Amino acid sequence: MNWARKDLLGLEELSKEELGLILATAESFKEVSTREIKKVPALRGKTVVNLFYEPSTRTRVSFEVAAKRLSADVINIATETSSVKKGETLIDTGRNIEALKADIIVMRHNFSGAAVMLSRHVSLSVVNAGDGWHEHPTQALLDIFTLKEKLGRIEGLNVSIVGDIAHSRVARSNIWGLTKLGARVTVCAPKLLIPPAIEEMGVNVTQDIDEALKNADAVNVLRMQFERDGETAFPKQLEYFKEFGITMERLKKAKKDIIVMHPGPINRGIEMSSAVADGAHSVILEQVTNGIAVRMAVLFLVAQANEKIKNENTD
Amino acid sequence: MREKAKILDKDAIARTIIRIAHEIVERNKGIDNLCLVGIRNRGVYLAQRLAACIKNIEGQDVLTGSLDITLYRDDLALASGQPLVRKTEIDFDINAKNLVLVDDVLYTGRTVRAALDALVDFGRPKSIQLAVLVDRGHRELPVRADYAGKNIPTSKDETVEVRLEETEGRDEVVIIEKG
Repeated sequence: MNWARKDLLGLEELSKEELGLILATAESFKEVSTREIKKVPALRGKTVVNLFYEPSTRTRVSFEVAAKRLSADVINIATETSSVKKGETLIDTGRNIEALKADIIVMRHNFSGAAVMLSRHVSLSVVNAGDGWHEHPTQALLDIFTLKEKLGRIEGLNVSIVGDIAHSRVARSNIWGLTKLGARVTVCAPKLLIPPAIEEMGVNVTQDIDEALKNADAVNVLRMQFERDGETAFPKQLEYFKEFGITMERLKKAKKDIIVMHPGPINRGIEMSSAVADGAHSVILEQVTNGIAVRMAVLFLVAQANEKIKNENTD
Repeated sequence: MREKAKILDKDAIARTIIRIAHEIVERNKGIDNLCLVGIRNRGVYLAQRLAACIKNIEGQDVLTGSLDITLYRDDLALASGQPLVRKTEIDFDINAKNLVLVDDVLYTGRTVRAALDALVDFGRPKSIQLAVLVDRGHRELPVRADYAGKNIPTSKDETVEVRLEETEGRDEVVIIEKG
């Protein structure tokens, strides 16, 4: 099959075959980062604009490294220091970037649906780097890529996602991707952090961490954002760790080879203990490495598809 | 699309590969310092067959790798004709080696140009030679084969299809007429 989309907006709209194509392409791109010269000329002369309306270091840097390993030129726009502060709308910003003859916008935005809206108003490619509580497709793709690399398959796996499900675009994208590829997904969180009707996405729900770990081949631990709670954060953190934190004791009751993932940055002693984060089950740093390969694959596929669309329009 | 003629059959392909293997060994005075790199997709299988023949002749394994040149093409949109970017697997040092690049058909020379660019990123071989099963002419770049299985004069309206056991389930080379 061929990739025909100029954008990557979310995993919900993708077919199983499209997901498979991105993963297979990423597998080939992984080799590039192991070379002495970690660069291929595939996107030479293309310009990638990182447009970030929310602070992000790891996702932005990962996209930047990916684009540079493909020989693209990269511009970073942090909106705190841009015309957005002067009241420019998202669509105007997008059209201005288009007028600069850029080729791909990688966007992080605090509103759900922002990437979809932008993509409808510009002819360049849009890659969603996280929009509100909606989706964070490349994070889920790199999680799934890492799982597949470790366990050889996705079909039939039991994957548990633990943490703030309600406010997590990472959870949502993971659920779409994993269920499409045939994994069984369980979400586990305090009741208030489980969104209503989440079962309709085809997942099991539990509030018991031992239950979530019991048959899991992998557990994806989400970041808890207690820093937003200010002074009341500390007692909540302790309580959360006691109820839901991943510890070696809890892992002893799980499958022997259970894989522990985390999208980062980790709160040690809140979401998991240091022993788990640095232990043999953890693949957290491999996720970071794989993120480059996955993002290279996505940038390459959307650029290639858009080039083809443009050629067809001028013929 | 019409199959116009069969240029090589199974036996002819086998004999051609044996001949090229002998030529490679002769030209390089043995296989010390020699390595083969096949261009994806069919060049990889041809390189493996050449390696097996060379082992029969010299009694020693020759280093063999594979190269995907999709990321080095000069036209991104054309690359989308390729279903998938595949892996490059060169698990040895190519510096100071005599490297034989292997492909099925030599046509415009653009694939070979891309392959040369890719190889430069892996190191500096002592020499790079080119072996192809079929040379069909119509070069657009100054590229020539050091070892050619068969020269087939073709028109640009025709395509040459190399079919291999590993990819199509049978060994043959045919000319297809378009239109």
